[in-house]
Formats: sequence, structure tokens, C-alpha cells
Amino acid sequence: MSTTRHPGLNLGPHHGKADDTAEVEVFGFWVFMMSDAIIFGLLMATYVVMSGNLNGGPGPRELFELRPVFIETMLLLFSSLTFGFAQIGMKYHPHPARMIIWLLVSIALALIFVGMEVNDFITMAGKGGVPQASGFLSSFYALVPLHGIHVTAACIWAFAILGQIAVYGLDDEVKTGMLRLGILWHFLDIVWIGIFSIVYIGGLA
Amino acid sequence: MTDKAAEKRKEQLSYAFGFGYALLLTVPLFASVAFDWIDRSTLLWITGIAAILQIVVHFRFFLHIRLKGQTKEDLQLILFTTLVMGVMGLGTIWVIFNLMSRM
Repeated sequence: MSTTRHPGLNLGPHHGKADDTAEVEVFGFWVFMMSDAIIFGLLMATYVVMSGNLNGGPGPRELFELRPVFIETMLLLFSSLTFGFAQIGMKYHPHPARMIIWLLVSIALALIFVGMEVNDFITMAGKGGVPQASGFLSSFYALVPLHGIHVTAACIWAFAILGQIAVYGLDDEVKTGMLRLGILWHFLDIVWIGIFSIVYIGGLA
Repeated sequence: MTDKAAEKRKEQLSYAFGFGYALLLTVPLFASVAFDWIDRSTLLWITGIAAILQIVVHFRFFLHIRLKGQTKEDLQLILFTTLVMGVMGLGTIWVIFNLMSRM
């Protein structure tokens, strides 16, 4: 087994300087992601503590729907797979066409995810599930939309990378940026595992 | 060149396997919630175990974290983060629920 220099897909020696700089840059980003993981972990703990405090308002069974959450889970999982293909396309093909196509597919899946999630929040608000209604809903809206904002930010970053490719071509900076975005992309899918397990399956089981 | 093609195939397979394992750990859970196959407390235990397994799958197949052969402390960072989250997260849940049961 060859050694891996950093989390995520490694570019390998034939990418030269990009592979060398990636080792330090991706490690730094990995440290940042782990601090983000603690924020999400503690918001999940807050949610678990608050989830019984309904204050006479609507509870999980009235507000959550399983079907859209299942579709959202599949969308994020698929986009993790297609993002992996985008990175493999970048690693093995000097021309960025494949990478761009898979990246656009990943962005599309993530944006559909965000759209469905916003629709869920609107449906919840229509049933009286607004943040100020109860401790349960305050902690819910602190946790789940924060993840949605992360996904939106990752999409903006992905569009920025597409812009960089258009201006500079597939240079070293774009490559290491793409590796870091990959870390964020897969990390957000991992956070979603926690959210659908604790919030949605925990609330509907 | 064939070496490179083999490596590419291996990496594609890694993502495909990760995706397959993640599906196996997700779809039955949602199905058992939708069709009420098992009682609540058993399902919550299964969900907890499946979530931990799936997080390991994502780390291994999508983020390529392995037990050996890394130049930097990627795995140690995950383990330390898990420790901090365990102390603070589980500690919060323990203390607050203990307090609630006394009030």
C-alpha cells in the first residue's frame, strides 16, 4: 500500500508541485474541518437535550416527513460519489472536461438537496414549527439549517473553482482547491449521517 | 500507462464500494421506519450502530483515511476530535438528563 500524504484523493507524484503543496494545505484544512465537527457534535448534543421540550407546540411526528429526508440523504450520498469521480477525472486527465461535468453533476445534486431542505422548513413553518415555538425547534433550527448553509457555501466554492478553471485553466492552485473542496464535500455528508440518524430517524422511529 | 489505468480503476472501485456500503447502511433503516418493522428502542440502537459504521465507511472509502501509511496525523486528529466530542457531547447529555430526573 502506498503512503497517503493527506485525507481525500491524493494527486500522486506525476502532479509534481501540486501534490507537494497539497500535503500541507489539505492537512491545514483537515484541522479546520475537525473543529467544525466539534461545533456540529455539540449542536447535536444540544438537540438531544432539548428534543423533549415541546412547550405545547408541534413535535417531530407532526413536523417531519420521512420521504423527503430519504431523498435528501440519497442526493448527498450520490453527490459524494460524483464528486469522487470529478477528482479522479482531475487526477488522470490533463483536460478538465470530465472533471467539470462531474463537478456540475455534484453541484446540481447538492442544490436540489438545499432546495428540498428549504421546502421542508417552509412546510414545517406552515404547521407552526418555527424556531421560537419551543426549545426543541430552536435547537433544530440551530443544527439542521447550519448544515444546509454549509452545503450552499460548498456549492458557491465549487462555482468559484469552475470560474478559476475558465480564467486560469487547470493549474496547481485549482487542483489543491479542488482537493480541499472534496474534504468539505465528504465531511458534509458525514455530518448529514448524524443529522438524519439523531433528528429524523430518532424523531420518527 | 497500464499501471495508471489500474490505479484509476482501483480508485473508482473505492468510491463505488463506499457508496454501496453506505446504501446498505441507510436504505434498510429508512424502510424499517417507514414500514414499522421493529420497535422504537431496538431501532434506535441499530440506527446508532449503523451511523457509526457508515461514518467509518465514509472516512475509509471517500476520505481515504487508513490505519497506517499516512505522512501526517490525520487519523489521530479524528480520534482526538471524537474524544473531545465524546467528553463534551455525551457529558452534556449525561449531566442535563441527570439534572432533569432530579427536578
